[in-house]
Amino acid sequence: MAVAALLVLVALPLAPTLVGSYVVTLLTLIFFYGYLGQAWNIVGGYAGQLSAGHAAFLGIGAYACAVLAVEKGLTPWIGMFVGGALAAVLGTLIGFLGFRFGLRGFYFVLLTVAFAEICRIVASNVDAIGGAVGYYITFTGDPRQFQFQDARAYYYIALVLMLGATGLVAWLERRRFGVYLSAIREDEGACEALGVDTFRYKMLAMMLSSFLTGIGGAFYAFYVFSLQPASVFGIPLSVEIIIRAVVGGAGTVAGPIVGSFILSPLAELARHYFAQSGWHGAHLIVYGALLIAVVLFLPEGAYPRLARLLRR
Amino acid sequence: MAQGRGRAEAGLPAPQGLTAIDATLVAQALLNGVLFGGVFSLMAVGLTLIFGVMRVVNFAHGDMMVWGMYLAWLMATRAGVDPYLGFVLCAAALFVLGFLVQRLLVQRIVDAPHEMQILLMLGVALVLENTALLLFGPEPQRVRSVLARSTLWLGPVFVDVARLIAFGVAALLTLALSLFLFRTDLGRSIRAAADNTYGALVIGTDVQRVYAAAFGVGAACVGAAGALVSPLLPFSPPTGLQLSVASFNIVIIGGMGSLLGAFVGGLLVAVAESLGAVFLKPSLKELVSFSLLVLILLFRPAGLFGRRAS
Repeated sequence: MAVAALLVLVALPLAPTLVGSYVVTLLTLIFFYGYLGQAWNIVGGYAGQLSAGHAAFLGIGAYACAVLAVEKGLTPWIGMFVGGALAAVLGTLIGFLGFRFGLRGFYFVLLTVAFAEICRIVASNVDAIGGAVGYYITFTGDPRQFQFQDARAYYYIALVLMLGATGLVAWLERRRFGVYLSAIREDEGACEALGVDTFRYKMLAMMLSSFLTGIGGAFYAFYVFSLQPASVFGIPLSVEIIIRAVVGGAGTVAGPIVGSFILSPLAELARHYFAQSGWHGAHLIVYGALLIAVVLFLPEGAYPRLARLLRR
Repeated sequence: MAQGRGRAEAGLPAPQGLTAIDATLVAQALLNGVLFGGVFSLMAVGLTLIFGVMRVVNFAHGDMMVWGMYLAWLMATRAGVDPYLGFVLCAAALFVLGFLVQRLLVQRIVDAPHEMQILLMLGVALVLENTALLLFGPEPQRVRSVLARSTLWLGPVFVDVARLIAFGVAALLTLALSLFLFRTDLGRSIRAAADNTYGALVIGTDVQRVYAAAFGVGAACVGAAGALVSPLLPFSPPTGLQLSVASFNIVIIGGMGSLLGAFVGGLLVAVAESLGAVFLKPSLKELVSFSLLVLILLFRPAGLFGRRAS
């Protein structure tokens, strides 16, 4: 297992020199969605608080970073942290309301959805940031503006994001913090009875998760160069994030990454081949079927099963 | 400005140079909201019935409604059946769909954690929505009905006949559903299983059959609602997500599991959005219902008519 992980770690930085540009793009997307899934994993997987509104954090990070760069000339290298911080402010607000008022299960899901939808509606109606038409960034190719002629730059940034978040989660998992989060997911009442300040740890998980997702938003803005409220704040994006972590194995270090390696190529292949032949939505049918199959037959996700098979 | 938009939405030419919101316009919005609300209520009644019995939130609710709409559209375009007659068949078809979804999928996770149930239903929603996309394409459709063109004038405000019929039928179906739940044996078993599953098992109720029947009836409600609203609302497969979220709003505001709450909540949300479209602007109308939802979640999570929060 460790050897395989080491091999992958050596292979990934070398990959762009060996493979074609299409594979580089594909891997960039895998890393990016793996990163987003990992960020969600902290609060949705480890702490077991099912947020279906993570698109809100991505959207805020993306818009903040893009608007600051275009209107105020602030470099995205700093702007991404501003975007992350703003996303964390929203995360803190949602977390405070949800956890303080004791919303669980479906009620918490709906609270997160409601805030993401409110963000989407507001962004669609503020003309200064392009309204429903969207906000566009002119490509200059200036690295100081987080813009690169060479697609491999995005590849390495996405790889660093994914590995960084995964390293952080792996480290946290071994700390008291990670153990508390898993304990909250398994039995919150028992945790409280043992004197764990569950509110505090859920809040910290939410803040960290939303901050990381906001930084992901900055990457999205300067990778795609156009932001539409319906796509960056929409529920489908939140589902894209959740499904990677769940299929791979929520609450495990490698789960979201494995999930992204399974699902992102599927989505890309479908976009290229099915869409051309007029098969709209075919990959989402497969997503749905996979989600159903995972819940019924593999509720722990693909990674734990995979790990057991490899260990044998 | 707001008046111009409101009039345009109501299908009337916008008078030039008027900026104030007059009483007629507000009355018109109120009326339209209430009439549209009947369908919202029927949709939410279906959701709350499923939740009340199984404690499972049907995340595919709006997508089932869109399937009701497409069935009405197929019947209207292929066989010339008016949706105001065809809704019966749509309800029957959706009953079968709901029954099967319950028997094949939901039955296996009735006792699983909420998160797992939500994810499973999300999977069902993705499959239903995108199968519709694959079969019918992304272009918005609207079902033509002979009744959709005519209007009645009630003094200064007008009544859309199609809306009136949709409201009337939706209200009648809701009434029929409550009679079914309170006056028939199967209905009583459904309520018994909702109140106390274990107790119902003890007295020999076939709870599995009751669950499947309840899921079927809930889906039939939304199938009928879809057919009834199909001449009024242009729809495409992604409409399902909006309708799901709208029905979640309604049942939370009314109180999860409460039939009366779902009915009143449907009217309330439709009127609030209709007024929001007049006082703010049409693209902001959903903001009103989401703000209402957040307030209810925080201060009265059991909803207006709910007995308890789970």
